[in-house]
Amino acid sequence: MAPLIRRATRLLTAHIDIQLLGAILLLMGVSLLVIYSGSNQSLARVSSQIINMLVALCIMYAFANIPPHYLMRIALPLYVLGVLLLMCVWQFGEVVNGARRWLHVGVTRIQPSEIMKIAVPLMLAWYFDRYEKTLKVSNYIIAAILLFIPVGLVVRQPDLGTAMLISAAGCYVLFLAGLSWRIIVGLAVASGASLPLLWPMMHDYQRQRILTLIDPTLDPLGSGYHTIQSTIAVGSGGILGKGWLQGTQTHLDFIPERTTDFIFAVYSEEFGLLGNSLILFLFLLVIARGVVITANAPTLFTRLFGGAITLTFFTYAFVNMGMVSGILPVVGVPLPLISYGGTSLVTICLGLGILMSIQTHKKLVQS
Amino acid sequence: MSELTINPGVEIKNSRLEIYHFRLRLAIASGFVMFMFFLLFMRLFYLQVIQQEHYETLAEANRISVVPIVPNRGIIVDRNGVLLANNYSAYTLEITPHKVEDVDALIDELATVVEITPKDRRRFKKLVEESKSFESLPIRSRLSDEEIARFAANSYRFPGVVINARLFRQYPQGEVFSHVVGQIGRINQTELDQLEDDGLDANYRGTDYIGKVGLEQSYETQLHGTTGVEEVEVDSGGRAVRTLSRSAPVSGNNLVLKLDAKLQEVVYEAFGDYRGALVAIDPRNGGVLAFVSKPGFDPNLFVDGIDPQNWKELNESIDRPMVNRALAGTYPPGSTFKPYMALAGLYYGKRRPEQTINDTGGFNFGGHYFHDDKPGGHGIVDMYRSLVVSCDTYYYMLANDLGIDNISTFMRQFGFGSPTGIDLTGESAGVLPSQEWKMKRFGQKWYAGETISVGIGQGYNAYTPLQLAQAVATLANDGVMFRPHIVDYIEDIVTRNRTVIEPKPLRKIDIKPEYLQVVKNAMIGVNKEGTGAQAFAGAGYVSAGKTGTAQVVALKQGEKYVESRVAERRRDHALFVAYAPADAPTIAVAVLVENAGFGAAAAAPIARKVFDYYLLGKQPTPLKTDEEHSDGTAD
Repeated sequence: MAPLIRRATRLLTAHIDIQLLGAILLLMGVSLLVIYSGSNQSLARVSSQIINMLVALCIMYAFANIPPHYLMRIALPLYVLGVLLLMCVWQFGEVVNGARRWLHVGVTRIQPSEIMKIAVPLMLAWYFDRYEKTLKVSNYIIAAILLFIPVGLVVRQPDLGTAMLISAAGCYVLFLAGLSWRIIVGLAVASGASLPLLWPMMHDYQRQRILTLIDPTLDPLGSGYHTIQSTIAVGSGGILGKGWLQGTQTHLDFIPERTTDFIFAVYSEEFGLLGNSLILFLFLLVIARGVVITANAPTLFTRLFGGAITLTFFTYAFVNMGMVSGILPVVGVPLPLISYGGTSLVTICLGLGILMSIQTHKKLVQS
Repeated sequence: MSELTINPGVEIKNSRLEIYHFRLRLAIASGFVMFMFFLLFMRLFYLQVIQQEHYETLAEANRISVVPIVPNRGIIVDRNGVLLANNYSAYTLEITPHKVEDVDALIDELATVVEITPKDRRRFKKLVEESKSFESLPIRSRLSDEEIARFAANSYRFPGVVINARLFRQYPQGEVFSHVVGQIGRINQTELDQLEDDGLDANYRGTDYIGKVGLEQSYETQLHGTTGVEEVEVDSGGRAVRTLSRSAPVSGNNLVLKLDAKLQEVVYEAFGDYRGALVAIDPRNGGVLAFVSKPGFDPNLFVDGIDPQNWKELNESIDRPMVNRALAGTYPPGSTFKPYMALAGLYYGKRRPEQTINDTGGFNFGGHYFHDDKPGGHGIVDMYRSLVVSCDTYYYMLANDLGIDNISTFMRQFGFGSPTGIDLTGESAGVLPSQEWKMKRFGQKWYAGETISVGIGQGYNAYTPLQLAQAVATLANDGVMFRPHIVDYIEDIVTRNRTVIEPKPLRKIDIKPEYLQVVKNAMIGVNKEGTGAQAFAGAGYVSAGKTGTAQVVALKQGEKYVESRVAERRRDHALFVAYAPADAPTIAVAVLVENAGFGAAAAAPIARKVFDYYLLGKQPTPLKTDEEHSDGTAD
């Protein structure tokens, strides 16, 4: 009996990466603590997030069990579907808060740009893998175009935050696929040089945003308010923090979006630099595991896709924490695994599930 | 340098080189990740360690709001406890203009819920112009319960409009006390700057009102009290979450006056339709018993901010109700100056009481003939008679004999030409002419001829009714002069401790008692057989007085003043100074009746009514009953 159970257990857990899962569960534990505090001790919010987490973990488990080459098959269809949906959004999308991001499909509405966060790196990784043996400069150009189409559509919505995350994911693939340094340096110089040219072409509100980023006190009640208040929350936390449930910025409503985009401000205020060091360490643990998995991945596709997932995860975390601590502009990027909300949690866990799959299906490919 | 294109066509899956290049790229990316996380950590270190104190302060400033608790203003009562200034609480409807886009439209809308008169609108408009935009300003006060209920039901329609319970100042005695009690009004920028200079602005946080004139102003520090502070924790919307600490406000002190409200009313009534001023002083201690300047105004108009129409009416009225005649109006003393002239004559040895002159109708000096009031003169006149009949010629001569320097030196001792130091601000010093004064004022030397008319209280002479009252009180008190004061004592509302304003003897005039007696006898004679006799006929006490008439317009050489020919506003002012009882005076008055002509006719009867009431309790005319304030919330 016992060996049977042991075998069954081994079969069921065969595609789970324990190190990754451990870090994920620790981060989720932190998340529940902070959501409880940030929601003014709403158990409803916490239990709702627990359900989100369970769903996300199931999806992660499911994707961990799907061999990577199955994913290759859906790369192109998913990409094409995503682009079509984005075009639909462009044409028939629903306008919320001045941006056209949502699409009604029957009973529910979806945000196709969310799909592209996975679909774009998947597509590019598949594309490079397909032309692996005959890679030419033209392939990079085509890849860049494949990247540019969805990014352009998302920028039009406008949703600069998501566009930036999608293009980051795509650029990671291009970089890991061996994009020439000459081109990288050239693009960097060109974009640097074009900034002064771009300035006159920008909308007033866009310039205002950039100026406010440089000095949030320029607009203390407007767009600078969130940054100022979250920076105060972080700074006043000090080394040890004010203690769980004790953050005054949090509980007196000075921090906006306390359980979602600005949850890091709540955490920082209550747990201080010590807590921040812990969370940075946990994020690094996830990333480091991702890097190790990617480095040992068997195919170009898994290497590129795994690398993109790992680096995108890093980008989410960095952009969110940078925004809260006042070194990056306010863009709607949740803190991975910590922020309240199902969509981003599912996307992140799906990616991490794929990483597990890459790690655990390695032998299969090699054999 | 795309390494992967080095060997196109060569099929080496997972070649070592390829993996090596990939891992290099991955290592670079990992280095990038580490670097960015390091940057982030440095940023967090900077915020949470280096700048922690700064952000801690900011967070505390966010969290803690210091709310001032305005103290109750002290009340003012007369010597018998009659309320002259008190507080009542009422509900006001207030608008914060900067939170409202179209104030006029909002008021139109509000008018459908509560009554808003055009007067309210004008007043509000004026307030908006005068105040800083972030204050909430009252559009209506004294809301009825029904109005409160109606507004509460509709309040969602009016963002930026709130109902506040506030304490209001009320002056139950209205215009009768307007020039003594004064009034409060909204603090203006000048006053705010002054408070800041004095370091008092913290104590005025949350306070909208300050004493503007009268006792409300001069005793502002006593009446205001100490502002309390409540530290509350607030959320981002400014809503108070809980109280952290509280220090209670200390109410302002009450003022209890020497003034007698009933006497004040008697005076006010006695003036009838005349304009003028009356000051009554207790000669024994300088306590002011009545202080009237007529016409007055309703100080209640100012409490909420006066509306422009009323303001215009008060300011532009030909009767000048805003001028405190008793305190700041200066008038020639006319013949009321003569008793002091007589004293000066005795003091400098220029006259003996029994020494006579022959008044043939005037006095010739340097080719200019100074007429006596009585055509043909009073004949043989000694000092007693000179006062009883008010002989001008006697004093023309005396002035000439004394010279201007002696006159001004002597008169200064009686307080002429210097502020009395009464506990009200805005006092005029008047003009006591002297050689020095003329040089300073006009840059001209004094002409001996100018001394002559000074002798009968004309010329450059100009004094306030208050100074005349203080001088006659000093005379009545045998040369001991007190600083006049309206407030008897200041009462601490909590401890009931009284701070008595001690009578402060300013000086004792060095003059022989027998000289004083001569003049005092003559003044008794005035009221017994002289110019004041008619007014004081049948009085149940012995009084002393002196009539006077002050020219408003200088007459031309040889011109005779005929009252009926002179326009009302250019007629002479009537004056009367008196004290009673003559042997042990307890009250001294100076009466000025503007444009009323001869002093004996208009001013002396008012003094009679004052004495009758004060000494005998007689009320000359039926007084109107105290108007009970209709507001039920009065406390």
